[in-house]
Amino acid sequence: MLGANGAGKTTTLRAISGTVSRSGTIELDGKILKGGPEVAAKSGIAHVPEGRGTFVELTVLENLRLGAYTRRDRDVKADITRVGEYFPWMVERGGQRAGTLSGGEQQMLALGRALMSRPRLLLLDEPSLGLAPLIVREFFRIVRELNEKEGLTVLVVEQDARIALRASQRAYVLEVGRVALTGTSDELQGDESIRRSYLGY
Amino acid sequence: MLVAAAFDFSDFMQQVVSGLASGGIYALLALALVIIHRSTGVINFAQGEMATLSAYIAWTLIVNHGWSYWPAFVVTLALSFAGGIGIHRAVIRPVERGSVLRIVIVTIGLLVAINGFVIWKWGGEPQQLQGPFGTKTYDLGGVVVAAHDIGTIAVALGIVGLLWLFFRFTKVGLALRAAAVNPEEARLVGVRVTWMLALGWGLAATLGAVAGMLTAPTVGLDPQMMQAVLIYAFAAAVLGGIDSPIGAVVGGLLLGVLLNMLSYLSQYGAFDWFTEELRLPAALLIILAVLLVRPTGIFGRPEVKRV
Repeated sequence: MLGANGAGKTTTLRAISGTVSRSGTIELDGKILKGGPEVAAKSGIAHVPEGRGTFVELTVLENLRLGAYTRRDRDVKADITRVGEYFPWMVERGGQRAGTLSGGEQQMLALGRALMSRPRLLLLDEPSLGLAPLIVREFFRIVRELNEKEGLTVLVVEQDARIALRASQRAYVLEVGRVALTGTSDELQGDESIRRSYLGY
Repeated sequence: MLVAAAFDFSDFMQQVVSGLASGGIYALLALALVIIHRSTGVINFAQGEMATLSAYIAWTLIVNHGWSYWPAFVVTLALSFAGGIGIHRAVIRPVERGSVLRIVIVTIGLLVAINGFVIWKWGGEPQQLQGPFGTKTYDLGGVVVAAHDIGTIAVALGIVGLLWLFFRFTKVGLALRAAAVNPEEARLVGVRVTWMLALGWGLAATLGAVAGMLTAPTVGLDPQMMQAVLIYAFAAAVLGGIDSPIGAVVGGLLLGVLLNMLSYLSQYGAFDWFTEELRLPAALLIILAVLLVRPTGIFGRPEVKRV
């Protein structure tokens, strides 16, 4: 999901996860979502908000355990191992306080924590914000891998249109609260005029 | 100012042990204050009266209904836990979104209301609540210690240990911490934050109940009995760091021993002006000194915000 500042990208994600009041209906797998973020989390939506959604006072491992909060099964340990395959340092430095991690590590931790809930839909809000280009690329490589290997649906809000279009299959351009343009990411990338007028590169 | 030649080690240790015993009580109540401060963001001025109410409930069960101490202890804890949750739901939650001042005023209102209720229900005259540890004393290598003191220290540290295990290793404990440090984020991972805050009030009330039941046997059960203890608990919490559970415990024990040491040394000529009446002002002085010199306390961290 692309768009200028104030187009309503973050608000869209918040509406999906129930952190803002909303009208109309939002369906996930044909089921209407009702209630606040606790309910959305239970229905399988993992929302990583803008600005590194981690609990800075808690340790890396505690952040991961919290990610699995809504789950009743006992496979949490196995899932920590699974997340550790993507991010080995999270297991190695599990006792470190999240607040002492670098910005990139915190963003990765937010992603790792979201995975712990075994989401059906992952919402990422501006994951590239304030991160070095190399780390952004690594982040999107992992997101893509999750999408391709594990079939995880991801809705990304991104300022950096170039990297977002490369990582995604479908794109929506928002303009003051409405979808101004939608198509496959390849179409949007390929169209010179769209790129110039909407995406600015 | 001459220190008496005969420094009596066993006498000194006795003072340390009894200081730890009263310090253990301060620690429990300070911990209750810290839990509520972390979750609701205010000092709960009613914490002492809530503890007094719990002690009266225990007294009623034991004296009026003939229960033995430990069953009454457990039931009182359970009732206090439920009561704490009830207080949060009934009077704190409605004002929680408002300013801090509103919540503080509500806790002061609670203080007055509970105090009034206790006097109305049980009368103002002091009652006797027997402790579970009796009046025996033990001789540990020349150091004579009261069973009540040892028992108090054991119960206080036991409760603190249990609480640590709960916060550290259980899912609910972790969720409670998450809800306290970052409620919005906690909701996104599915934690029901309002329930967690209520649970925090329940835990605080339970800690207070233990403190109240341990205080009553030594100072006598009366409606005002926890008011001084609450001041000590404030001092302990501020000394350790108002947001630090470990700080509350260390601060409480430290304060208990420190105040006893002042009394003890006055026997030997040092601080001979220090009498029992000065214990409370000394605690207030500690609050003031910590706030001026190191506002975060021993274990507190200054608040860091990413801007």
